[in-house]
Amino acid sequence: MSTPNHTQGWPAAPLAPFGHFKDVRQSFGRGSGSPLVAIDNITFDVTQGSLVTLLGPSGCGKTTFLKIVGGLIPATSGTVQINGRNVTAPHEDFGVVFQQANLMPWRTMIDNVLFPMEILKLRDATAVSRARELLASVGLEGFENAYPSQLSGGMQQRVALCRALIHRPKLLLMDEPFGALDELTRMEMQDLLLDIRAKTNATVMFVTHSISEAVYISDIVAVFSKRPAVIADFIKVELPYPRSAEMRYLPEFTELEHRAGRALGITR
Amino acid sequence: MIKRIENTVYPLVGIAVIMIAWQAYTYYFGLNRIVLPSPTDIFWASIANWETLLRESWPTFLESILGFGLAVLVGIPFAVCVANSRVLNLTLYPILIATQSVPKVAVAPIILVWFGLGMQSKLVIAFLVAFFPIVVDTAAGMRATPSGLLELARALRASPLQVFTKVQFPAALPFIFAGSKVAVTLAVIGAVIGEFIGSTQGLGNTLLTANSQLDSPLAWAALVWLSALGIFLFGLVVLAERIVMPWSGAGHH
Repeated sequence: MSTPNHTQGWPAAPLAPFGHFKDVRQSFGRGSGSPLVAIDNITFDVTQGSLVTLLGPSGCGKTTFLKIVGGLIPATSGTVQINGRNVTAPHEDFGVVFQQANLMPWRTMIDNVLFPMEILKLRDATAVSRARELLASVGLEGFENAYPSQLSGGMQQRVALCRALIHRPKLLLMDEPFGALDELTRMEMQDLLLDIRAKTNATVMFVTHSISEAVYISDIVAVFSKRPAVIADFIKVELPYPRSAEMRYLPEFTELEHRAGRALGITR
Repeated sequence: MIKRIENTVYPLVGIAVIMIAWQAYTYYFGLNRIVLPSPTDIFWASIANWETLLRESWPTFLESILGFGLAVLVGIPFAVCVANSRVLNLTLYPILIATQSVPKVAVAPIILVWFGLGMQSKLVIAFLVAFFPIVVDTAAGMRATPSGLLELARALRASPLQVFTKVQFPAALPFIFAGSKVAVTLAVIGAVIGEFIGSTQGLGNTLLTANSQLDSPLAWAALVWLSALGIFLFGLVVLAERIVMPWSGAGHH
């Protein structure tokens, strides 16, 4: 279903199936009356190495769906498979980035990045040097021993990205990670994410409510409708890699934005 | 840098103004030094009796710091258990609140009957008054762990012990130190209460003896030394906080 067809550059040929979601439904019991259906009938596949954004209005349940994929909350019904296994709990192949950086104020940058390695009991000299490399790759060389309170929001979110990548996850789950950042920082972070994805070959599922962000970074945009959320449209983005800021002004780009807007019911 | 100088200079100016006004007041109105000794009276009494005051500070210092230390050693684990167990919380917390409403001064004579006139009874009273703020603040800190950090730990499938040692406890440290700062000053009060009720040594004893002999300058000198002791102990907690939580002073840029 989702086979990104790149005409140039990376990724080469991410064809292997990775994520499989079928009839995923999530409802919450309410004291009386019918249960509140958050998401309904979500069905799509994700190929290995692709970047899929879940685009939708706020409160539509896209974050709920991401948490179900990450095993943080169970689905009421439906099939959620990652790498051929049913997801019932978080897995160490997953890396998570939240809207807030969620750094620990008592840990230095490098110790924040190494937190997953400590939990997985994998902290050693190799892990430390990998953490250094990751921090350097997001432009934070020299900040290894700084505390979060000494860094800006954008820098903190870069550290959170390094922390999500430190244990080489196969699936990166990102919940509006750039939502709290200003526009310029946000665009920088989008390019950074694409760079990192190119190097790690991880599959990325990315929640956003920004149409242009979704189109710019994605191979696939899964548009969620208002609650109860269903997939309103499933848009293949066939813009070449590497993506660059100029592409935002291409007619194809605008057309894709327009299509997403129609699916969201914003434009006609 | 300028801010640092200001932080030192302004309080000193404030103290100086009060001292001068006090000195002038006792001088102009010719106040009896039994009623209100002047700052210089107190200063000279402090110098003349420095050996006594220093000797008597030691037991009060020990009672306060050991009572406080015991409150930390017992209070923090107690709060951790209460905060993490619903059953313990429901069973013990109401009792704790209820016992807290019993005035410690009223309990002190009973404590003296149990533990005698020596240091132990004062230590126990200091412990009792220091215990409550440590437990309440630690328990509040344990419950105030940012939900995002807990979710992160859950996404990594951290064990309950890892969650406690790597997330919950460090996140509670600012609360624990806030409680400790209140507790350490209360511990000094507890020790002095104990010394007032019945003792053979300590600054509280010196103060009471001097008062009964109408030696007001010495009584006031003992009071000054008690304040200094309180500030010193408070300073120790602040120092411990800086050592344990270096990030709190890292500040924003």
